Amino acid sequence: MPTRRAKIPATKYPVERFTLDNGLRVVLTPDRSAPVIGVAVVYDVGIRSEPEGRTGFAHLFEHLMFQGSENLEKLAHFRHVQGAGGTFNGSTHLDYTDYFETLPSNALERALFLEADRMRGPRLTEENLRNQVDVVKEEIRVNVLNRPYGGFPWLTLPPVMFDTFPNAHDGYGSFVDLESATVADAADFFRRYYASGNAVLAVSGDVDVAEATELIERHFGDVPARPAPQRPDFTEPDLTTERRASYTDNLAPLPAVAGAWRVPDPVDDFAGYLAYVVLAEVLTDGDASRLVERLVQRDRTVTSLGGYLGFMGDPFDVRDPTALLLQAHLPPGGDVDKVLRTIDEELDRLATDGLTEGELARTQARMATHLLRDTDAVLGRALRMAVLEQQRGEPGLLNELPRLVGEVTEEQVRAAAATLRPERRASIEVIAGGAR
Amino acid sequence: MTATVETGPRPLPPLGPNRRLKLPKQAERTLANGLTVIAVRRPAVPLVELRLWMPFGRSHLARGAMLAQTILSGTQTYTANQIAAELQKVGGGLSAGVDPDRLMLSGAGLVTGLDRMLEILADVLTGAIYPAEWVDTERDRLVDRIQVAQSQPAHLARTALLKRVYGRHPYAIQTPEPDQVRAVRPPALRKLHAERVHPAGAVLVLVGDVQPERALDAAEQALAGWRGDGHVAELPPAPPLEPGPLLLVDRPGSVQSSLRIALPAVPRTHPDHAALQLANLVFGGYFSSRWVENIREDKGYTYGPHSLVEHSVAGSVLVAAAEVATEVTAPALLETTYELGRLASLPVKPEELEQARQYALGTLQLGMSTQAGLASLTSAYAGNGLRLDFLAEHAARLAKATVDDVAEAGARYLAPAKAVTVVLGDADRVAGPLSALAPVRTEPA
Repeated sequence: MPTRRAKIPATKYPVERFTLDNGLRVVLTPDRSAPVIGVAVVYDVGIRSEPEGRTGFAHLFEHLMFQGSENLEKLAHFRHVQGAGGTFNGSTHLDYTDYFETLPSNALERALFLEADRMRGPRLTEENLRNQVDVVKEEIRVNVLNRPYGGFPWLTLPPVMFDTFPNAHDGYGSFVDLESATVADAADFFRRYYASGNAVLAVSGDVDVAEATELIERHFGDVPARPAPQRPDFTEPDLTTERRASYTDNLAPLPAVAGAWRVPDPVDDFAGYLAYVVLAEVLTDGDASRLVERLVQRDRTVTSLGGYLGFMGDPFDVRDPTALLLQAHLPPGGDVDKVLRTIDEELDRLATDGLTEGELARTQARMATHLLRDTDAVLGRALRMAVLEQQRGEPGLLNELPRLVGEVTEEQVRAAAATLRPERRASIEVIAGGAR
Repeated sequence: MTATVETGPRPLPPLGPNRRLKLPKQAERTLANGLTVIAVRRPAVPLVELRLWMPFGRSHLARGAMLAQTILSGTQTYTANQIAAELQKVGGGLSAGVDPDRLMLSGAGLVTGLDRMLEILADVLTGAIYPAEWVDTERDRLVDRIQVAQSQPAHLARTALLKRVYGRHPYAIQTPEPDQVRAVRPPALRKLHAERVHPAGAVLVLVGDVQPERALDAAEQALAGWRGDGHVAELPPAPPLEPGPLLLVDRPGSVQSSLRIALPAVPRTHPDHAALQLANLVFGGYFSSRWVENIREDKGYTYGPHSLVEHSVAGSVLVAAAEVATEVTAPALLETTYELGRLASLPVKPEELEQARQYALGTLQLGMSTQAGLASLTSAYAGNGLRLDFLAEHAARLAKATVDDVAEAGARYLAPAKAVTVVLGDADRVAGPLSALAPVRTEPA
């Protein structure tokens, strides 16, 4: 079959950047096509930065940022966003914590006011802390403890792959640590990490640049200046011998396995890293992908399969050290060793024989669609640009990603596959304890 | 913790003027074979979203589920892998899903690949062959998936609620048992496909960087050869809710209880719908609702409680759902009943209504602001016989609803006396406390 390569399209979202005197970095990306805006504030602190003995603290603190601030009572933030027709949320990642709203564009100033107010100072009270510890415990129950495969693999694989506390600990946190958190801990965490110099504000959508700039100056200009803390070095040496672990999940009816290999530094070696991003899709994106064809359809040794970069699934929002992950669910009585051996075999085959005609181009076309689709939403754009600004000083990279993905060569993908050796792999097996 | 800036209280900035709801450019055509095609222009990114809604009421549960699982498994022209690869070449993909109302094929791709996606879609619709080997593989996968679902508390609670609410109606059971799936063979799928996968009554929605008329032409050219009117099955209207004892479904060892409450509701076109939607928002339909502020932000019983009016072809129902810590199951139900009762017997405050109204109107704007959102909305509306211009009508009704309208809707639909309640949890630990609040009937999960 002759290959006609689909032309990879690009977006041309405009990007305006500036930095306020207090160190807050700002990214604006106007788009008047719909009367809505996305507002994102990203702080350069995440799970990896939380102190020992305080597992889950970065996430708990995210909850506290919604509990009132200098000029806002508890519950006011929610009411003001939703009462303006908008939606909001926040989330805690390995390397950052984000807060965001998407709103009709007539609420721009209100959103800026709300974010600036909590950047100046959240209300950290004993009552709110205890309340949110309870809420977070319910969140952990619903997402981890009361359901099968809870926390698999994002909470269960890092401790196999890594040795240091920042990289290996449970980012949701232990109940003991959560319960012993104090208001003083929270105040300290805020002072240290929630500095204007450690944050990026991004606004996307139906805004006028001059007007938005003026409003941002007005609301954020007098947030007291505090510099960003030095980010610690989280580096760990690569594995040189295979690591395996397993645990019984009493609720899980079927076995599962996840394996991961370290990949190049996503920031310092972006070109090298991109080859692995593409490789993950070549291996697992849909029925025409290598591992789905082999493991799901031919061997029937797994029933579902996924592959991605970064423990939380987004390849463009994580710093070093990180990994390429493959995870699979197996049929009853499935053989995890066999699945891992087959993966090794297919990686070998890819490294040795290369890709088939058109395999790379079609994978890249599909990746372009995913990237474009994610940024169609104003909020997707604001969040991604904020993180790209924070981690790389390069929010406009968003426009370049489809093209850069399209420029990854077959040689690079083969070379990446060749590095995924069993001796560099960490894996975790879920033993089904819930078969009925 | 205090800030260092001493400027006194800062006032909340007012909102700017509201932007009018602007409907996108669209076009519609019914083809000679009975297929309705709706094309909507939203050129923000060079992609197109595709939704094909086919009426599928009263189909055999296990065969329907297997048909969705295997409809993309190959045609006379292409194997399953080739279908996937051909779609991938234009940045596209298709997936299939089924529920008691419809069979849905959905996907997205580069807009330059629209013609190709439609060609492949047509090939699947007219020529899916359900190859034996694929069907075997997919059958096992579906059985495994159902087994995993059956270990999920949310799924078990939903299953129990549907059975309790719908009784003998086809909506009562929506997931087949593994044994029923194991019995499905390719000839049954080919027969079901011939009977039910036809253009009559189906609606194809295309949304994206397209000129609507040109997109209609492309769809007509690709799909005109899809034929057959086969069998159409009308669903009987869903039965009214019948309140009764709280149904406690035992899941020993649960560290949380899944609380599910069904209440009566009306279709989107009913004169009460806008007021009911607002009453539901005030109760538990968004984060700034009384229920969330009470059982999460005040008492810390739960993480993500929410309530929603669910619309299906044969009827609508309001469902409130919360996962609460085992030890506070009864107190959480008490607060829930309290909030429902308060809404049913006291008028809402004007500022509460305004806040809910702004949220309802704002989220209409947000839902239309992406290609995917617009496609899903257009398709859901079309499946219920509505078009996008209904959005404007609905917005006008939301804008007009008064405190009295909402109070009336609260009394009519949210009264705790009308509720059907199901709790999934550790019966040993929660049956006693729950029975202090209501008569309880216990069943195994």
